[in-house]
Amino acid sequence: MIVLQQLINGLQLGSVYALIALGYSMVYGIILLLNFAHGDIIMVGGYIALLIIAAGISPLVAVIASVAGCTVLACLIEKAAYTPLRSAPRISLLITAIGVSYFLENVAQLILGADPRVFPNTAVIPAVNYNIGGLNVSLTTLVTLSVAVVSMAALTVLVQKTKMGKAMRAVSEDMGAAQMMGININSTITFTFAIGAVLAGIGAILYCCKYPQVKPTTGYLLGLKAFVAAVLGGIGSIPGAMLGGLAIGVAEVVVTALGYSTWTDAVVFAILIVVLLVKPTGFMGASLNEKV
Amino acid sequence: MKNKMKKFVCMALVVVMAMACLAGCGDSAPASEGGSGAASADTIKIGWLGPLTGGVAQYGEAVKSGVDLYVEQLNAAGGINGKQVELVAYDEEGDATKAVTGYNSLMDDGVVAVVGSVTTAPTVAVVTEAFADNTPMITASATAIDVTYNADQDMVYTNMFRSCFIDSFQGVTMARFAKEELGAATAAVLYDNGDTYSTGVYEYFVNQCNELGVKVVATESYASGSVDFSGQLTNIAAANPDVLFLPVYYNDVALIASQAADAGITATMLGVDGWSSVLDSVSDPALVEGAYYCSGYSVEDTRELVVNFLADYAAKYDGKVSNMFGAQGYDAAWILCNAIAVAEESGAEYGSAEYKQAVIDAMAATDSEFVTGHVSFDDHNDPQKTAAIIQIADGAESFWGNF
Repeated sequence: MIVLQQLINGLQLGSVYALIALGYSMVYGIILLLNFAHGDIIMVGGYIALLIIAAGISPLVAVIASVAGCTVLACLIEKAAYTPLRSAPRISLLITAIGVSYFLENVAQLILGADPRVFPNTAVIPAVNYNIGGLNVSLTTLVTLSVAVVSMAALTVLVQKTKMGKAMRAVSEDMGAAQMMGININSTITFTFAIGAVLAGIGAILYCCKYPQVKPTTGYLLGLKAFVAAVLGGIGSIPGAMLGGLAIGVAEVVVTALGYSTWTDAVVFAILIVVLLVKPTGFMGASLNEKV
Repeated sequence: MKNKMKKFVCMALVVVMAMACLAGCGDSAPASEGGSGAASADTIKIGWLGPLTGGVAQYGEAVKSGVDLYVEQLNAAGGINGKQVELVAYDEEGDATKAVTGYNSLMDDGVVAVVGSVTTAPTVAVVTEAFADNTPMITASATAIDVTYNADQDMVYTNMFRSCFIDSFQGVTMARFAKEELGAATAAVLYDNGDTYSTGVYEYFVNQCNELGVKVVATESYASGSVDFSGQLTNIAAANPDVLFLPVYYNDVALIASQAADAGITATMLGVDGWSSVLDSVSDPALVEGAYYCSGYSVEDTRELVVNFLADYAAKYDGKVSNMFGAQGYDAAWILCNAIAVAEESGAEYGSAEYKQAVIDAMAATDSEFVTGHVSFDDHNDPQKTAAIIQIADGAESFWGNF
C-alpha cells in the first residue's frame, strides 16, 4: 500500500516535471534551442498568481492571468532575444537563453526581494483528502494528475490533428523545406513558444499548490530537472517528455522513500549523465540526423 | 542560524535607533561618577564584550540594551554591597581577534568579570584567555557547545557560563514535553541534514525519546533547499506517530506543513525556536493548528518578572519591545551581578583570585527565576532552564507556558 502511495507522490511530482519538460522538448524540436529561461517562466507565473490573489481577486482569474502572463512573456522573450539570433550559431542562442534566465531571476529579486513569498495554495485548491481504496489522496494530487493528463492529451491532439500542429511538425522536420511549402516559420515558432509557456503556466500553478512558496530562484532547479526529464524522454519528442517527466518524478520519490533523501538531486543528474553517455536519444528521441 | 538571525534584524535595528542616543548616556553616567580613580573601592567594574558595529551589530546592540537596563536598575537600587556597578563596553565588531584584544583591554581597565561575547566565534576565542585568567564570564547568546566545553581535551571551561539555552537543549525539552504534557507514545522526526542546528537538535530529541520510552517510529531527513517532502511524509504517515518533530526553520515548516496535510498526517507538530513567526510563512494557519514550539522567551509570558522587564525596557527605550537577545542580555547581567554580590559578602579582596573564584562558584550555584525562565547550570555550565512553549491555536501564536 505504501508503495502505491509513494508511486502517487512520484506521479504528482513527475506530472509537473512533464508539463515543463514539454516546453523544453518542443522548443528544442523546432529550433534546436535549449531554452534555459523556461524554468524561470514558472517562477514568473507563480508570482503573477500570488500577487493577484493577494490583491483579493478571485483565484480563477489569477490562474488564467498567470497562464496568459507566462505565454505573453515567452513570446516576448522569443521575439526580443531569440528571433534576432535565428541564423547565429546555436551556442549564441544557448548563451542568450542562460542570460535571459539570469535576467528574469534578478529582475524578480530586484522587484520582489529574495525572501520566499507565501503562495495561498488553499485558496486555489482546498486542503481536502480522500480515502480511495485505502490510499490517502489529496485534492491537490487529483487535480494535478487530471490537469496534467488533460493538458497532454490536448497537446497531442493539437500537434497531431490540427493544421498548426502539422506546421510545427513540418518546421521541426526541415525548416527550409517547410518555408518553401508556404509555412510561416516565424508564427509557427512563436506559436510553439506560446504552447510551451501555456503548459509552463499550468505547471507553475500546480507546482505552487503543492509547494506553496515562490522565490526568484524557484524555476532554477525545477527547470534543470525538467530539462533532464526532456533528455531522458528523448529531447524533441513530445510523448518522450511526458514519459521522462513522470520517470524523473518517480525516481526522486523512490530514492527518498528508500531513505536516501539527500541523494535525490544527485540521482536526477546522474540519470542525465548516464543517458547522455549510453543513449543520448533517450526513450523516444529520433536519432539526430544533423541538419546542414 | 542565518534565517533565524534575519528575523531579528528588523527588531534589533529598531533597538539600534533607540540606542544611538541612549547607549552613550547609559555608559558614561557611571563612568563619570566612578572614573576619578579614588573610587575603586566603591565601584565594581564589569566588562561587556560584543559587536556594536559590523555585520552582527544588531545582536550586540540588543544584548547590550538588556545589560544596560539591568545595570541601571541595579545602581538605582543601591548597587551591590553599597557599591555602584560600572559597565565598561568594548566593541569587538564580531571579530575573534578583536574580541581577544578587547578582552585584554577590559582586563587592563580592571574589570572583575565579563558579559560576552555575543556570537559564537569571538566567544570561543576569548574563553581560552579568560579560562587561563579564571575570569568569570557569561554570554547571553552564544549557543555552540564549545563555548563552555573543549571537546578535544574533554575539559569544561569552568569560568564560562551562558544565559541562553544551547541548541541540543531544545531537542531534549521537546521530547520531554511530548511525553509529559502530550502523553505521546510514538514520535517521528523530519530534519534538514545539511544544517548543524537541525541535525544537532534531532539527535538530542531522539536520544531523549529513547530515554523516556517514547518510541521513535520514523526518522526522515532532507537536503537543505528541498521543496518536495512527499516521500518522507508518506513514510511518516504510514508509521502514524503521535507527534511529528520538525527541528527546522519557518520557511521549511511552511512547505512541510502543507504536504503533511496532503499526506494525511494528523500528528501534533512540534517545533523549535527556528519556527519563530511561522504563521507569517504558512499559506494557511490551519496547516499548523495545534502545533507547539519552544522559544527562549515570550513577550506574552505573564510572570511578573517578564511583565516588569518589558515595561522597564519600553520605558528606557522609547516603547520598544525587547527581543530574545535583550532579555537574555538582561538575564546574563543579572546572573553575574547576583554572583558578584555573593563574592562581596564573602569578604574576599575585590579583584583578587579568591574573589573571582567566589563569583564563579556563586554563578555555578545559580538556581532561581529570571526573565527567560528558571535557570540552574549543569556540569557543562549550560543553563538547565525552562523554555517558553508557544502554542498555535485558533490561527494565532499564543504563550502556552514555561516548561
